[in-house]
Amino acid sequence: MSGHTETFEQPTSFAFSSKSMAAVQAIIAKYPEGWQASAVMPLLDLAQRQHDGWLPRVAMDYVADMLGMPRIRVYEVATFYTMYNLKPIGKYHVQICTNLPCWLRGSDDVVASCKRKLGVGIGETTDDGLFTLSEAECLGACVNAPMMQINDDFYEDLDAGSAETVLTELAAGGKPKTGSQIGRYTCEPAGGLTSLVHQAGDRAAKLGEA
Amino acid sequence: MLADKDRIFTNIYGLEDPFLAGARKRGDWDGTKALLELGREEIVTQIKASGLRGRGGAGFSTGMKWLFMPKQSDGRPHYLVINADEGEPGTCKDREIMRHDPHKLIEGALVASFAMGANAAYCYVRGEFFRETEALQRAVDEAYEAGLIGDNACGSGYKFDFYIHRGMGAYICGEETALIESLEGKKGQPRLKPPFPANVGLYGSPTTVNNVESIAVAPEILRRGAEWFAGIGRQNNTGTKLFIISGHVNQPCTVEEEMGIPLKELLEKHCGGVRGGWDNLLAVIPGGASVPVLPKKLCETVLMDFDSLREVQSGLGTAAVMVMDKSTDIVRAITRLSAFYKHESCGQCTPCREGTGWMWRMMEKMVAGTAHVDEIDMLEEVTRQIEGHTICALGDAAAWPIQGLIRHFRPELEKRIAAVKAGNSQAA
Repeated sequence: MSGHTETFEQPTSFAFSSKSMAAVQAIIAKYPEGWQASAVMPLLDLAQRQHDGWLPRVAMDYVADMLGMPRIRVYEVATFYTMYNLKPIGKYHVQICTNLPCWLRGSDDVVASCKRKLGVGIGETTDDGLFTLSEAECLGACVNAPMMQINDDFYEDLDAGSAETVLTELAAGGKPKTGSQIGRYTCEPAGGLTSLVHQAGDRAAKLGEA
Repeated sequence: MLADKDRIFTNIYGLEDPFLAGARKRGDWDGTKALLELGREEIVTQIKASGLRGRGGAGFSTGMKWLFMPKQSDGRPHYLVINADEGEPGTCKDREIMRHDPHKLIEGALVASFAMGANAAYCYVRGEFFRETEALQRAVDEAYEAGLIGDNACGSGYKFDFYIHRGMGAYICGEETALIESLEGKKGQPRLKPPFPANVGLYGSPTTVNNVESIAVAPEILRRGAEWFAGIGRQNNTGTKLFIISGHVNQPCTVEEEMGIPLKELLEKHCGGVRGGWDNLLAVIPGGASVPVLPKKLCETVLMDFDSLREVQSGLGTAAVMVMDKSTDIVRAITRLSAFYKHESCGQCTPCREGTGWMWRMMEKMVAGTAHVDEIDMLEEVTRQIEGHTICALGDAAAWPIQGLIRHFRPELEKRIAAVKAGNSQAA
């Protein structure tokens, strides 16, 4: 991060909305008295969600003051964890896993397809502010590789074509189907159950095959 | 092959109702009060007798870990912390427990907390698992509502609270002391041990950190008896285990099997075999990114458990099996893992902070064949300098895949270097 010039404007004020405020007390109450600093991660996440998906400096200060923490401790947290976005980000944050299990099953194709579709490189945002493209480390859906996460949802069992379809639907304001894109229910073998076979009927029903 | 009647995670694919009504049908929360009435000591004794070894990777005896907690509180509260920061490349089993069988985890947390005198459990879930957290929270809310947890858990008179804490993207927080630091609102940098968490853990109090799967299997072990669990698998490697098979198999999947199932059988019974047939197999990483790769020859006969895999200088880890067929650039594959460890090093210890970057850059030279042949030995030597010289095991985890590559695929490295050299001299 050193030497990085900010090419965006930091807002000059931040405060939790009444909706966020309602969540704050419940979050702090999870932790024992005197240990309210534990709430820093969820509160920063709350602030980020309220602030178009990125975390401005003033929001860090606001959270620090709220929890009675030195501001530097909050900056440390905000810069340590990758899910805090420290600069403006597209409405949809497309994170493609390129770690080994995804790479073995074609994440390079998925990355290429998304780059082509969006017309941006890794770390860039489309001109309309709709999409930011990132590479991610293992997101923990390895039997459904390759996969990508867009905001809070996983899209799994992708290939170049289905990844592009997901982005097309999002761009059109739609809600693409999350999870497997190849007609698998979750993490079972795609060809059918090899254990818990008594649930084969449930599976067929879930997949709309019954 | 494990029979369905011996499976613990009977909704691992989410085909039935994951929530309370469905969970009760599957036997969760059945006689939990009676389990607590066994008493703290008996619960720990049973878990120890079952032979359950931690499912998060290290394979330490779960019952033994529980025994380390003080018998009496010295005034400080005790805590159970559940490690759901599932981020070891290849691993995606805890995800399925949280979204498809969450009540097993909550019931297990109650039983384990009771056995260790803890009135609260914190479940640290990796931040990317947003939907999984929603499912788990819904199950927690149901459990409170039904009086299964709360001020009088299951009518036992025991107070038990279950809290979810979301991580925000840091692999290192899967290390138990980094996880505790993170839970306290700090950067996730591991602590020096001692003191061990059982003495000074979360909020300066006695704490046990267990993996999701280890906790989730506990109630079923107590209900069916330690002998049942101990009767599955092999000695010192008992019970059932969630295996996660990814990569070049025809049908990647997650499946619960008995410990010690032959690797080949696992791939052929559940995954439709290796893509292109068994003879098309190049290598397997049997336990998540941290464990050394096994060439096909060793894959023929190896059993999937802690001790068998250790015998072949690898490890069961999280039982995340990554399969690579002959189309794989094995050097590139291991280099991808090196890049991962470089990215995830927390920066605290010099050998890891500097070493992961150095190893990755050297591995890139190995991929391109532009390294000098002597540098293979130098790379091996550097992995030995990093291994064991850091506060936590991330340094080891970064070293082992490279050691495995050099051990089994050295000719491939030499071949590339020779090819580049030959090309250069031709050009000259």
